[in-house]
Amino acid sequence: MKGMTEIVKTVSKLLAGLIFFYGIYIVLFGHLTPGGGFAGGVIISGAFILLIVANGIDEEKLRGEKEKAVSLASLGIFLFWIISIIGLCMGTFFFLNFLGKGRPLNIFSGGTIPLCNIAIGIEVSAALCSIVIAFILVKKGDKK
Amino acid sequence: MFVILVLLMILMIAGAVVAIQSKDLLSAVISMGIVGFGLTLVFLVLQAPDLAIVQIVVETLTLIILIAAILKTTMKESKAEKSAVVIYSAAATVILLIILLSVFGNTFKDLPDWGCENLRMSKYYIEQGLEKTGAENLVDAVILDFRAYDTLGEATVLFTAVMGILAVLRSKGRKK
Repeated sequence: MKGMTEIVKTVSKLLAGLIFFYGIYIVLFGHLTPGGGFAGGVIISGAFILLIVANGIDEEKLRGEKEKAVSLASLGIFLFWIISIIGLCMGTFFFLNFLGKGRPLNIFSGGTIPLCNIAIGIEVSAALCSIVIAFILVKKGDKK
Repeated sequence: MFVILVLLMILMIAGAVVAIQSKDLLSAVISMGIVGFGLTLVFLVLQAPDLAIVQIVVETLTLIILIAAILKTTMKESKAEKSAVVIYSAAATVILLIILLSVFGNTFKDLPDWGCENLRMSKYYIEQGLEKTGAENLVDAVILDFRAYDTLGEATVLFTAVMGILAVLRSKGRKK
């Protein structure tokens, strides 16, 4: 995949880090401010897609990135299922909020809710990245 | 607030009509963006910032992907031949719309009025949410604690969609 002009490349390299950290902020503070795992995950994947579209990346490297993205998506959904099943293993019900509630309005509060947010964030960002990479790769494969 | 909502709805409907009618596919996609970003404004007016964040990011990503696809392929709409089937399908659509609207009209009679007293369940969430879960953002408290089954299903559906796309677009097995 070919990249764009030099201006776009420079600006995208400057902005991608900011977008990435904004996504992480949305995920981590999901239980305090608006946002959460889904919104933050989509923003994080937006940073990676911006870099891929603006800078261009060769096909072999992109294939390796796809493998990593798919395994990260699997890891995220696996973590979410583990968190949900722990309550069942402790002898009570599904999705038990087994951690302490913590002080309200603090970042360490809400029990398992921040952990669920992080797991969903990993899963959604990796899933959207792998969808876009899969579409880019199939377009290249059809040309021959 | 109601006037702003009605104006936004009219703008969104106009955008959708332009998207259907325009011959140029690029302008059709951009007018589809009017619908999505108008929906973002509607969510902000109705004080739902969680939904607005998700809607604006997903809308931007979708527009980028659609515009990239159009730039790579064709800009013009392919012409379909008109036949008698069009009349039948239009009549079927109108009849279905009338049935749907009458059903919705009957349903909305039983709902509480707009902006009035909350239902019993949501009142419980609003009053007891912070105490029971410890999370200040009530939307997150609902989707990840009170109603976490739904979120688990959503995440699993997204994962299944990714697996399906990868299976359909795989490079092995496409050679003949």
